[in-house]
Amino acid sequence: MAWTLTKDDVERIAIGAGILGTGGGGNPYRGMVRTKLEIEQGRVLQLVTLDELPDDALVVPMGGMGAPTVGLEKLGSGDEGQRGVEAMQEYLGVKIAATIPIEVGGGNSFAPLIAAGRLGIPTIDADGMGRAFPEGSMITFYFDGHASSPIVMTDAVGRKVIIENAKNSKDLERISRAACVQMGGSAMVVDAPFTVAQLKKVAIPKTMTFAHRIGDAVLKAQAEGSDPVKAVCDVSNGQLLFSGKITDVDRRFERGYNFGRLTLLGNDEWSGEQATIDLQNEFLILRIGGEIKAIVPDLITMVDAERGTPITTEVVRYGLRVKIIGIPAPEQLTTETALKFVGPPAFGYDLPYTPLKRA
Amino acid sequence: MKLRLGIDVGGTNTDAVILDEKATLIARFKSPTTSDVSSGIRNALNGLVQNNPDLDLSAIKFAMLGTTHCTNAVLERRNLNKVGLVRVGAPSTLAIKPFVEWPDDLREAIDGRYVIVEGGFEYDGQETRPLDEAAVRAAAESFRGKVESVAVSGAFSPVDPSHEQRAGAILREVLGDEIPITYSYEIGSVGLIERENAAILNAALVNAAKVAAGGFQEALAAHGIDARLFFSQNDGTLMALEYAIRYPILTVASGPTNSIRGAAFLSGLQDAIVVDVGGTSTDVGILVKGFPRESSIAVDVAGVRTNFRTPDLLSIAVGGGTRVTNDNGLQIGPASVGYRLLTEGLIFGGNTLTLSDIAVADKRASFGDPSKVAHLDADFVKQVTEEVRRMCEDAVDRVKTSAAPMPIILVGGGSVVIPQDLAGASQVIRPENYDVANAIGAAIAQCSGEIERVFSLQEMTRDQAIELAKKLAIQEAVQAGADESTVQIIDIQEVPLAYLPTNSATRIRVRAAGDLAI
Repeated sequence: MAWTLTKDDVERIAIGAGILGTGGGGNPYRGMVRTKLEIEQGRVLQLVTLDELPDDALVVPMGGMGAPTVGLEKLGSGDEGQRGVEAMQEYLGVKIAATIPIEVGGGNSFAPLIAAGRLGIPTIDADGMGRAFPEGSMITFYFDGHASSPIVMTDAVGRKVIIENAKNSKDLERISRAACVQMGGSAMVVDAPFTVAQLKKVAIPKTMTFAHRIGDAVLKAQAEGSDPVKAVCDVSNGQLLFSGKITDVDRRFERGYNFGRLTLLGNDEWSGEQATIDLQNEFLILRIGGEIKAIVPDLITMVDAERGTPITTEVVRYGLRVKIIGIPAPEQLTTETALKFVGPPAFGYDLPYTPLKRA
Repeated sequence: MKLRLGIDVGGTNTDAVILDEKATLIARFKSPTTSDVSSGIRNALNGLVQNNPDLDLSAIKFAMLGTTHCTNAVLERRNLNKVGLVRVGAPSTLAIKPFVEWPDDLREAIDGRYVIVEGGFEYDGQETRPLDEAAVRAAAESFRGKVESVAVSGAFSPVDPSHEQRAGAILREVLGDEIPITYSYEIGSVGLIERENAAILNAALVNAAKVAAGGFQEALAAHGIDARLFFSQNDGTLMALEYAIRYPILTVASGPTNSIRGAAFLSGLQDAIVVDVGGTSTDVGILVKGFPRESSIAVDVAGVRTNFRTPDLLSIAVGGGTRVTNDNGLQIGPASVGYRLLTEGLIFGGNTLTLSDIAVADKRASFGDPSKVAHLDADFVKQVTEEVRRMCEDAVDRVKTSAAPMPIILVGGGSVVIPQDLAGASQVIRPENYDVANAIGAAIAQCSGEIERVFSLQEMTRDQAIELAKKLAIQEAVQAGADESTVQIIDIQEVPLAYLPTNSATRIRVRAAGDLAI
């Protein structure tokens, strides 16, 4: 059944998407506010499952590209996504039946909803990451090695760039990122359409409802005064991996990404223990006492110790009191093929993927 | 001899202190805070004068006020100006309109109206669209007679403020020289919504700030005091009165900062944990190089999101008036008799058991009538003391950033209720005059400047950008009243812009502070 989102739903998805964002994906606040405004203006934002559309219906993946800091100032014109989808329809001479998020993590969960709401079409309750990752090649839709062609990029002042026939996804990433910088550091990207039948094979299903369930658990726990971290673990098959405070933030900037390592000092059960987290826009590896406890693509997420709300890599800071939750990666990310794109070596680590120990 | 007067308006008390040139305390007075604030300041000053007949008032050359006046105006939606906003940022910011997620009653209280005009900049300083001057003029016309104060915001104005400035000049042409104008780039950092919100609140507070400043001036004038006047601001430094009238929003969170700075001064320590105990609650903060460590979380002012930084504090429900019950097991707080301690506490002849009574029964403090608590069971007193100790030790542990013991400074009128031997502390100090640490914090405050901007690295190197940011921060500090020879850079933070190629832009924040130019 198609599910029409309320403003309360949007808030829950924002919190859940922040947690699934594993430190990346940008701050969901602005995306959430924009989406709520759409609902206030009477637009209908609908989520449907892949089973609810015919197999030959066309669906476009989409999401924002650019530096989160730019998004703090350039709030967007509001119609970037709509213009992008319309341009894709016109360029290919097809009718797009729905949109789908490339990632359910941080702010990118909302762009497809806003565009679809303005076009009067639904958004698919699924995505291509089940979390957030830093690169376009890390989307399950492209694990067969093909690069999306064409893609449409739109910006807040009405400009439009179409890129076709890139050699591979790295090539596409390079060209689109260069265009993004020239467009003022932020752009909306609409990928070439997939059929519903294709997406059934490659998309990670029901991730928007998963985000919603996590956000709902956090808000309920906050309202009841119970432990929000436990609530998150309960609904996500997750486990509390560490509790402590950040004692050192070593952040550097290379190739357009935030790299770094955080050091944490444990409390409660981990009193006296030291943990480190490697990050590349997202949190990638958690070590406790030097031993790896969780590694990408499993989700390593950091939340405020009291409130259970997500903490992004941009705001991590000396002295923050946090808890680290490990959530097993969706199975689509842990196949042999998938690990070539999103396993530890894809981030430059000569380390094997060791799945989270089941609690 | 030049004297300084420090006044702190707190939730319970308004404290006044006089310091000499060497910052030695030579007079002090505590008086209850009043609902209109100004009369509380007058009372404190009257008390100070009556109790110190030898004081040479003409020697007071500087007067510093830490006040909740503007905070209360926003919280209570009282005495706020009607505000019109011009945002320079169409079409690139249209997706989120001004006043988003504001409490309805606050927006109504300021009759908030806005116009978004074409213009604004990119992160690297390129103009997105030229400023639509005709639209600014039309907005100004539509504000005529309807607004008392205007605010101007613009996309990436911290990188290039020229569109905001030009829009302000047009507003001034149309609305006249008297209309107060708040520029967002002057008061906030990167983050359009938060900076714009702060600018709107600031514009709304212009009257309230004038009232507070006027009350302060009158109270001083009534005693013939002719001094330079300052307000303390959120980061624990001072603003000259004329500056504070223009930027009242910068005073809304000055209270906790003053107590941490006062504790630093009284103890002589630069790095320590400060435990500030009031009547109802205890704030635990951390002092790093003489300044409070700031929170990383965006600050909410009366339900409105801003991006001010305030001290990172942990509050627990332990205070001098905190109620202790033992009906269904031991219960300490969060209920408190607050300022009614002086009538309701056992040691003052009342019927309510409070932490102050426990401290007197435990002989850690001597005030009130100790015979009124002589009946308390020694084991029970010990049990309560241990529980308070546990609550404090836990709070201290949570703000510490390393396991190594640190000095703890106890300040605030209620601090007698805290046991002196706390775990995790290398030493626990309750300095002399601990109970007027806030007012002292206001009196000894430095003048500061802060700059936070996105610097494009197309035309300068990263090091040049940092040098430029330092220079701008120092200029700001000197403008705020600092003696240039004492100005130091106290913090540099850099956040590179993720997802953009290396070396294209970086966000730098620098704070500088120096002693008041005397």
